[in-house]
Amino acid sequence: MSTVSKLVAEDRPYELKSKDFKGKVEPDWCPGCGDFGVLNSLQKACVELGRRPHEILTVSGIGCSSNFPGFFNAYGMHTLHGRALAVATGAKMANHELTVIVTGGDGDGYGIGGNHFTHTARRNVDLTYLVMNNQIYGLTTGQVSPTSCSGMKTKSTPFGSVELPINPITAAIMNGATFVARGFSGDPKHLTELMKKAILHKGFSLIDIFSPCVTFNHDNDYTFFRPRIKKLEDEGHDSGDWKAACEKAMAWGDTIYIGLFLQKERRSLDQLEPVLDEGGPICRRPLGLSSEQAQRIIKRMM
Amino acid sequence: MGSGKFDFALGIGGAAGQGIATPGDILARIFVRRGLHLNTYNAYQSIIRGGHIFLTVRVADRKVLNHGDKLDLLLCLNQDTMTRHLRLLGAGARAIFNSDTIEPGQAAEGVHLCPMPVAQLTNNNRNSLVQNTVALGVMTSMLGLDFKILETILTLQFQRKGQSLVDENVGVARTGFDYAEKNFEPFPFALPTGPKPLAVWSGNEALAMGGAAAGVKFYCAYPMSPSTGVLHWMAQNARELGIMVRQVEDEIGVANMAIGAAHAGCRAMCATSGGGFALMTEAIGMAGMMEVPVVFINVQRAGPSTGVPTKTEQGDLWQALGASQGDFERFIVAPRDALDAFNTIPELFNLADKCQCPGIVISDLLISEGRYSVEPDEINMRPTINRGDLITDPSPSNGYLRYKDTESGISPRATPGLEGHVHVAATDEHDEDGVLISDEFTNPHKRRKMVEKRARKFKGIAEQIAPPQLEGPETAEITLIGWGSTYGVISEAAEQLRELGVTANHLHIKWLVPLHGQHIVDVLSRSKKTIIVENNYSGQFFRYLRSETGLSVTGHIRKYDGEPFMPHHIVNGVLEHLAGKTAHYVPYQEIMV
Repeated sequence: MSTVSKLVAEDRPYELKSKDFKGKVEPDWCPGCGDFGVLNSLQKACVELGRRPHEILTVSGIGCSSNFPGFFNAYGMHTLHGRALAVATGAKMANHELTVIVTGGDGDGYGIGGNHFTHTARRNVDLTYLVMNNQIYGLTTGQVSPTSCSGMKTKSTPFGSVELPINPITAAIMNGATFVARGFSGDPKHLTELMKKAILHKGFSLIDIFSPCVTFNHDNDYTFFRPRIKKLEDEGHDSGDWKAACEKAMAWGDTIYIGLFLQKERRSLDQLEPVLDEGGPICRRPLGLSSEQAQRIIKRMM
Repeated sequence: MGSGKFDFALGIGGAAGQGIATPGDILARIFVRRGLHLNTYNAYQSIIRGGHIFLTVRVADRKVLNHGDKLDLLLCLNQDTMTRHLRLLGAGARAIFNSDTIEPGQAAEGVHLCPMPVAQLTNNNRNSLVQNTVALGVMTSMLGLDFKILETILTLQFQRKGQSLVDENVGVARTGFDYAEKNFEPFPFALPTGPKPLAVWSGNEALAMGGAAAGVKFYCAYPMSPSTGVLHWMAQNARELGIMVRQVEDEIGVANMAIGAAHAGCRAMCATSGGGFALMTEAIGMAGMMEVPVVFINVQRAGPSTGVPTKTEQGDLWQALGASQGDFERFIVAPRDALDAFNTIPELFNLADKCQCPGIVISDLLISEGRYSVEPDEINMRPTINRGDLITDPSPSNGYLRYKDTESGISPRATPGLEGHVHVAATDEHDEDGVLISDEFTNPHKRRKMVEKRARKFKGIAEQIAPPQLEGPETAEITLIGWGSTYGVISEAAEQLRELGVTANHLHIKWLVPLHGQHIVDVLSRSKKTIIVENNYSGQFFRYLRSETGLSVTGHIRKYDGEPFMPHHIVNGVLEHLAGKTAHYVPYQEIMV
């Protein structure tokens, strides 16, 4: 049996730079893709928070934005379409000392992964969920997504979508998420600050990020968002007021809000789980049973 | 009763909600405390109230391999049970029933009908469960036991609910006991005593305990019959044993969560039945591609689709063989009984950790929901744990290759959190460093290298696992071949055949992947006639064995009505085969449940 006794080779002062979080390969996103802004913001946020690459686990599903872990230097899991939150929950429960950041797109998270989105929010799993929402399926070359606007013409809706889009912000609030925010990859400074808050928040943090797809979504590009976007903090929004948060989240016209909609204190799943009360992460505990435990189990069978 | 050996079976029948489990549990406790072995099978339906439930408890002074062929005692809790099962009783057997509510049926000659005037005996106690307690007293008398034995167990059973309930139940049982002493003839044997008390478990409990013993620290599941017992044991014992147990939104989430926990370094396990397993399959392929050791248990029930949720079948072998797209390495193992299920889990975890791949356990309703005696000394709660090539030391430099192309195909594994081993595990094909080769950098030579690297992990793996052993005489007229849960019933059928003068032996396959193909060919080359016995329609194991070895057999015995085999089903099939009547025998299920 082998268990990890220490995690760091030698204790020494370290200074982090953005390039420390540069992955092994260059991003393969299209030039102008909103996801670049998200990547840069997260690198900056991790530098400013002093999290080291080996302390972070990024988990993604499948899609353009789900290629994220490969472009970010940290432990990563590039999993199945829609399953990132489930995998991340397992990893976080196994090692609750990790900083877990889940990255993905709107189709991955709100479509095929919608069930996990609901339940991860209500469980208040302590992780940060960054959804690069471009309102389109990009990697499959442009089909309607769960956040595409009604009427949007795509390859799978050539005459316009007849369905209503999901509102990720109100959905997350209704499902019990404790940190719900919206960012815009065209404002990386603002996004970096949101990310830092989200990572520091103990519980499930969603940042739905407008991350335009310059190749397949010509309806919701930078020129669509820039004149409309207003910051909640400039409006004096109270992030403790869930009703006001929902009202602001529903705005979708000349004004679209970004910023922190809701934040509340609720114990996260790892804090609520008695098995984690003491003894450190379960992935590092010794395996097997003590002879006292074994005897107690057998006795109950007699 | 077999000649010279103690072998006794009783059946309790009624509707769901009539409290069949309680007298069943109490009798089981009486038997195992005396050191007697038992094997119970509960036939039930997917209903909380009503329907028909029939519990068979077979008890003997040696290991009981299955629930047997016949009944010595029938307790009818309703008219339906009398109507269905009285005809199964032979001379010397007894049928106990509440004569206030149940009309006796037409019994065979020599069957003792034992009416209990329950209302009269209990001063018109209107509790519908009171007949069960009266019957316990009656059965205690008929088995020639001292009433004190029942009193002790009833006290243990009810003491949590207060002394008045203990007194009431003991009093009612006493009236039943006294009534039987005066009115019914006891069985003409003395209930023997074994050398030491035994323990009782179900197959699901054995699987869960196997996980705990193997060092499982993360268990998750979605409730699904007949696998839910594993979840219940885990949930009940989790806090004491430091195991994290989660009930997840669906089986897709279950499999993915288990893989997340396993990737982070826990031993992780989950259990389901065929429908849930279908939802897990994409994730099982992820464990193959990312090289994550995880154990998935499929407790089979009769399919396809929702099928017959409370009935047994061995119908998911090809589902396990084909779980998830693409070629990848996985272990598939079908334990033969509860103790074997317990021992299989730590062994499978060691193999999965060694080869960094998923392991699949195929159980079924018969093993998982049956309750069995077990000798406490046989349960090794502290088995060998070997986590394989796991890196535990941090490194100041970053040259780590998670998927290093080694000679064995096994790449030393580091888990998140350890300095100097940062890497990305991906479901896309990737190179040694984890970088994707599937998108921009597709490279056929790298793809071939990585496919072969993963496949190499299984080279020679069968030699590290015990091959199946032929049981019975070396040469025989007939060799019976089975896999998984049919071990006990085939063993007993082979013994019955030998008693009938037919030499029979038995080859039972537990490890399906890897399959000891050459070994099986060698063993069967010495056989004259060969019959494969399977609890399914299409001969899934036969087709698999043929595809792997080219072997064929001379006959088949298949049952797919939802009920498990009884020994005589197999004996009859063999006799018909030997008589040249059929090469494909489908037994008739006599007990209607």
